[in-house]
Amino acid sequence: MSTKVIMDSETMSRTISRIAHEILERNKGAKELRIIGIRTRGIHIAQRIADKIEELEGIKPPLGTLDITLYRDDFRRRSDMPKVQKTEIPFSVEDKNVVLVDDVLYTGRTTRAAIDAIMDYGRPASIQLVVLVDRGHRELPIQADYVGIKVMTLKNENVEVHLKETDGVDEVIVV
Amino acid sequence: MNFRQKHILGLEELSSEEIKFVLDTAESMKEVSERDVKKVPALKGVTVVNLFFEPSTRTRASFEIAEKRLSADVLNFTPSESSVVKGETLLDTARNLEAMGASVIVIRHSMSGAPWLLARELRSSIINAGDGSHEHPSQALLDLFTVREIKREIAGLKVVIVGDISHSRVARSNVWGLIKLGAEVRVVGPPTMIPRDIEKTDVKVYYNLDSALEGADVVIMLRIQKERQESGLFPSLREYSRFYGLTRERLKRAKEDVVVMHPGPINRGVELSSEVADDVHSVILNQVSNGIAIRMAMLYLVASGGGNG
Amino acid sequence: MKILIKGGRIIDPSQGMDEVRNLFIEDGKIKGYPRDTEELERDSTIQIIPASGKIVSPGFIDMHVHLREPGFEHKETIRTGCAAAAAGGFTSVVCMPNTNPVNDNASVTEYILLKARTEGVVNVFPVGAITKGQKGETLAEIGEMWEAGCVAISDDGRPVMNSKVMRYAMEYARAFDIPVISHTEDINLSSGGVMNEGFTSSMLGLRGIPNASEEVIVARDITLAELTGVHLHIAHVSTAGAVRLIRDAKRRGANVTAEGTPHHFTLTDKAVLGYDTNVKVNPPVRAKEDMEAIREGLKDGTIDVIATDHAPHTEDEKKVEFDLAPFGISGLETALPLALQLVEDGVLTLPEVVRKLTFIPAQIIKSDRGTLKVGAVADVIVFDPNRTITVDREKFRSKGKNTPFHGWKLSGCVLYTIVDGKVVFSN
Repeated sequence: MSTKVIMDSETMSRTISRIAHEILERNKGAKELRIIGIRTRGIHIAQRIADKIEELEGIKPPLGTLDITLYRDDFRRRSDMPKVQKTEIPFSVEDKNVVLVDDVLYTGRTTRAAIDAIMDYGRPASIQLVVLVDRGHRELPIQADYVGIKVMTLKNENVEVHLKETDGVDEVIVV
Repeated sequence: MNFRQKHILGLEELSSEEIKFVLDTAESMKEVSERDVKKVPALKGVTVVNLFFEPSTRTRASFEIAEKRLSADVLNFTPSESSVVKGETLLDTARNLEAMGASVIVIRHSMSGAPWLLARELRSSIINAGDGSHEHPSQALLDLFTVREIKREIAGLKVVIVGDISHSRVARSNVWGLIKLGAEVRVVGPPTMIPRDIEKTDVKVYYNLDSALEGADVVIMLRIQKERQESGLFPSLREYSRFYGLTRERLKRAKEDVVVMHPGPINRGVELSSEVADDVHSVILNQVSNGIAIRMAMLYLVASGGGNG
Repeated sequence: MKILIKGGRIIDPSQGMDEVRNLFIEDGKIKGYPRDTEELERDSTIQIIPASGKIVSPGFIDMHVHLREPGFEHKETIRTGCAAAAAGGFTSVVCMPNTNPVNDNASVTEYILLKARTEGVVNVFPVGAITKGQKGETLAEIGEMWEAGCVAISDDGRPVMNSKVMRYAMEYARAFDIPVISHTEDINLSSGGVMNEGFTSSMLGLRGIPNASEEVIVARDITLAELTGVHLHIAHVSTAGAVRLIRDAKRRGANVTAEGTPHHFTLTDKAVLGYDTNVKVNPPVRAKEDMEAIREGLKDGTIDVIATDHAPHTEDEKKVEFDLAPFGISGLETALPLALQLVEDGVLTLPEVVRKLTFIPAQIIKSDRGTLKVGAVADVIVFDPNRTITVDREKFRSKGKNTPFHGWKLSGCVLYTIVDGKVVFSN
């Protein structure tokens, strides 16, 4: 199987920077922002975005982590049992602009589960979606508001996001 | 690891990894109970039956809340309301409930082994909410969870269990759970109430409460039932509380940060002196929310993973 | 009816015989051991049973069976119980009185014998109760029951707890020269118990029956037997301590015999794990040391007889919570292969097994069966000790399918059962 690197460390850094700018532009600043990263890698990407925003605006938006295992639509069909991790959302989402952050957007089911989860915490003013990679093949009518890179993939290919925090290197590869 | 059990009947059959997995899952479940909307859709469309042959408001309520927080459809079935009074067997009762679509049955029964009968004969997942003198896994898991919360680690702790061990399902489940997680377990009670050969499980047997309490980290007091005195196992409640009742004075032998627990309801003045009972009360209230989290974890794991097994 | 059993290995402990011979049966009796069978084989009125490579022995006598009739016909009837016995190689069964009504008077005894005569394919020897209603209070009409055909008295299912009553029963029985079969259980010590008291019961949360509950009554009954001079037969021995007591009593010359059941010499209380009610039996199966002591007792003669304590129950009755299930194992159709396991394990030789199932029980109940002497009644079985079988309770002829041995792979299979010179079972 061939491995293709579609994003290297430098590009990732610039992409995250660009996304942070776009978020600030659309939301007219950082004031009502709440950033929530979807486990596992979404959390680190969310962290970097929050840091960048702080760099740019001087305000660091509150950060939360979301585990969507209990909202999955397929949990009784899987042969492996994903461990339920902790969800920590230490702020109110009521009337706020929630920015959901995930590493890869594929079928859209994870995003759907995440939206349902957020709704159980309150009624946000808006939910916006950041993804580092959009690899197509949507099964639900879901779109990302901020996309790092869009790439056409085959269903039998795998898109892997590697981050310094979890994998020792920053890169996105297609296997 | 994968938690691949279709049933949770007791802690004897679970490995230490499986027990830890349940406790870790419960941690995440605890968060659900702390939000405004205390619900997740994990068990949506799953029918759970609470089949309680013994009266129990607390355990049943705890299971019921846990089931509802997971969005399950809940059916409560108690014998006084039902055909069991007319002589229907346990199996027939359970089969009828299964036919109505129940896929998880939570059963509490006065006879040891009742959940095993159901697990053998039915297709549903069975959760044991207490069978006779045998096991009470959700209570023990909840005790382990609480101890872990307070003491951070269970391995190496000196845990003392006091009271009518022979007739206590809470004691048996706790013995299995604590030993598997590496604690040193001591059981104390009148010799007539210590089960035969229990030393074979690696617990230390004491007949003297004071010596058992030396250096204890955790003390679990069991409830004394009046019927035991009537069946001749000890002469009087007064004598029992003199030798086996916990007082502040006696507690001084334990470690300073000792945690005292009781599965409730407490017989003030018998197992615990009034002042100790007040201290214990605060731990008990904490255990209520832990209990719901533990039961949510058990239901989730059994309904999702094991069903495919 | 004429039957020629050809070329089998004839094991008849009553004659000290163990050799390959031919056996000829005529008019319900053992006619002889013909060397030359050519002429007989040409006689078309003679049924020829080829037995080369098989064992031929007197039909087994089961000293402890519950036929359940009258009163509990849903569990078993005399007809089905006898059919099961025949399938298990038993040509005689000794049936216990805990029926409904209890066999505590001659008319119930006569009823049982009448039913056996008309519907039972094997011989039935009733045991009369010791006390009226088996209540343990007043003596039953022992003399009249003996006259009607009872071969022993017992309150089996229950002990006689009052020592005075037991003493008088033993003394009284001497007038009729019949043995007293004792179900040795102290019901105060055993009360509420459902399995052996030990580590397994502690862990299963089930109330246990301690060894002591059997041993105190064994000791008491041996003492009373020595006082009264009666022949005491201890039913279903289950503990090492009981074996010790019986061994010592025999050494002293006491008139005591004892029986061991297949489940007690095969299983330990670990079989209860999982709450299988098919293992629930009274006295319970116990620890490894107890099982081994029973095997030792069989080996050194302390335990004289193998008996099944066949106790059938319906499936519904057993498919309940362990505490609620009735005690009992349906044992007639698994006795032979389990007993043969003793041979394989080196506990007994094959002739010794046959002896404990034929010659000795016949002596105890004073029957002239259990032998293949010329002129004796032809109760004969032919079995293959080497054929492997898988125990299948659905194939049992007994109504009771309650066996813990379902699915076990064992060796030993009855091929023919002959009672009074007629084939009543063939496989």
